[in-house]
Amino acid sequence: MLMQRRFEERAAEAYAIGKIGGFCHLYIGQEAVSTGTMALLRPDDYVITAYRDHGLALARGMTEREVMAELFGRAAGCSGGKGGSMHLFDRKLNFLGGHGIVGGHIPIATGVGFAIKYRGGDQVCICFFGEAAVNIGAFHEALNMASLWNLPVVFVIENNRYGMGTAIGRSTAQQDVVQRAASYAMTGVSVDGQDVYAVHNDIGVAIERARKEHRPTLVEVRTTRFMGHSMSDAASGTYRSKEELDESMQRDPIVLLKTKMLSEGMLTEDEYKKMDDEAKASAQDSWDFADAAPEPAPEELFTHVLNESPESNAPVEPELAGVAR
Amino acid sequence: MTIMTYRDALNQALREELKRDESVFLMGEEVAEYNGAYKVSRGLLDEFGPKRIVDTPITELGFAGVGVGAAMVGLRPVIEFMTWNFALLATDQVVNAAAKMSYMSNGQFPMPMVFRGPNGAALQLAAQHSQAWDSWYAHIPGLKVVSPGTPADAKGLLKAAIRDNNPVIVLEGEMLYNTKGEVDENPDLIVPIGKAELKREGDKCTIVTYGKMVLVALKAADQLAKEGVNVDVLDLRTIRPMDIDAIANSVAKTNRAVVVEEGWEMCGVGAQVVDFIQRECFDDLDAPVVRVHQADVPMPYAKNLEKLAKPDTAKTVAAVKRVMYLGD
Repeated sequence: MLMQRRFEERAAEAYAIGKIGGFCHLYIGQEAVSTGTMALLRPDDYVITAYRDHGLALARGMTEREVMAELFGRAAGCSGGKGGSMHLFDRKLNFLGGHGIVGGHIPIATGVGFAIKYRGGDQVCICFFGEAAVNIGAFHEALNMASLWNLPVVFVIENNRYGMGTAIGRSTAQQDVVQRAASYAMTGVSVDGQDVYAVHNDIGVAIERARKEHRPTLVEVRTTRFMGHSMSDAASGTYRSKEELDESMQRDPIVLLKTKMLSEGMLTEDEYKKMDDEAKASAQDSWDFADAAPEPAPEELFTHVLNESPESNAPVEPELAGVAR
Repeated sequence: MTIMTYRDALNQALREELKRDESVFLMGEEVAEYNGAYKVSRGLLDEFGPKRIVDTPITELGFAGVGVGAAMVGLRPVIEFMTWNFALLATDQVVNAAAKMSYMSNGQFPMPMVFRGPNGAALQLAAQHSQAWDSWYAHIPGLKVVSPGTPADAKGLLKAAIRDNNPVIVLEGEMLYNTKGEVDENPDLIVPIGKAELKREGDKCTIVTYGKMVLVALKAADQLAKEGVNVDVLDLRTIRPMDIDAIANSVAKTNRAVVVEEGWEMCGVGAQVVDFIQRECFDDLDAPVVRVHQADVPMPYAKNLEKLAKPDTAKTVAAVKRVMYLGD
């Protein structure tokens, strides 16, 4: 959790000085969800998420260096610099992205579940999305099929109560979003997303249900993003009041865990300080690495559009880029 | 060689590829118990069972996405759209997911999958069921687009599409399903994607076309031959990637070209063909290239209006005469 937090604090700085471009959606405040979940997964399980993907990618095991290099648009990035913040991928970790269209990846998760069942495997696919995605048709279509066909998928709604700048009360008739599960004859559970133990426990049950019974679950984790929707908006002041944000930030998942661990004698202040220093140092290391890493070579512009033999996907002369034959 | 319908040729392609590769499955509305809305999948459920021939709810976006997910982890889905008109609902999965996954992931996640179904107008199905979507998909890098006009090409291209490691759009002709032709039953034979075929040879003009319009062009060529005008009929077969060498070779010989397509004029596939010809064959041309296409209107229901809207043999003959400066 600390690693994700310190990493993203540096990403925000890098964005502010123009080293990171495009859209950049930070996960700060939601780290208990990624951390509580990823510890439950086997290496051969599958993870897929939307564009707020840095924390989940790091928790799944991507290195800070390859994620930061991707944010910086460098060849050493996890997607070769072609994906950027919203499109982190790692085949070795079965991390299936990083998707930029709200709800668009939810049917893809159902498809991964379909493939697991097709092959007779006992893996699980876990799919994360925001609460605003429950209003898009893809959510409905995907959950219906996952339940109809008994697929091993865990659908996790990260409910931070804002779809970009629209509060849930302004967008969603049934604000108790986990009630949607009933439409698909699916089990639904709601979890305190700031409590890493609660996340770990309840998503653990859902993962076992998927693995052993091939039944999907809809899990709502109630959480808060401490930042704006992306780097383009302030954390509060327009669609969300400062008072509301301040109150939510009282339940910082890192502070909650630290307090619990201190009180139970699992951690000392010194140990915490050491961990935090290490997290800061590794975030700095990832910055230094990304900053020094080369940009993608110009011939990379045309690679991997299609997957062919090397001859048929040969790089085109850079000066011809964008110019038809 | 056996004479069979375009429908049976597609069925044979599916059957052979399902047999050849366990990772191939067919998914869509009414593909299994109903045997396919157009009977392309007839008998496949009995032969391969419900695991591999999968009926879906009416949920185009959803099952297109299921195909994308299955392809991401190594299966080879064949996603059937009952018609490409309904596939508009699935465009986000086809364009934003399937076409871009390989590129966004720097090649980590290839997309070995097929989206197929009938495309274009049939008879009096009116505006929402009579559209040719060729140019929409041909516009997108990361996709391949094929449009077979004969049973042999239907079989060979569908087989090639299923074996391809990229998302391939297979635009079948609804009005072609009952047409017959010679088909090689050798299960190892494919038609390579990206290769045009000269369906008829002449020397006075090139008709560039594909899909259902191949038959229209061949009929026009017959008529023109009776008047002493022999034309090349170049069947592109694949729209993306386009066989531009074949176009250049033919135009260099005939010095004139007509492009016939089923879709609308604006930003159509024909516009791309014309663009290529003007750039690469400028010195070969004896006349401006002329296009034949659907009238720039949603398809009307009334029989007479529908006929007026569609590209046909008479319009193609007239276009060839125009580029040859032959008065009627």
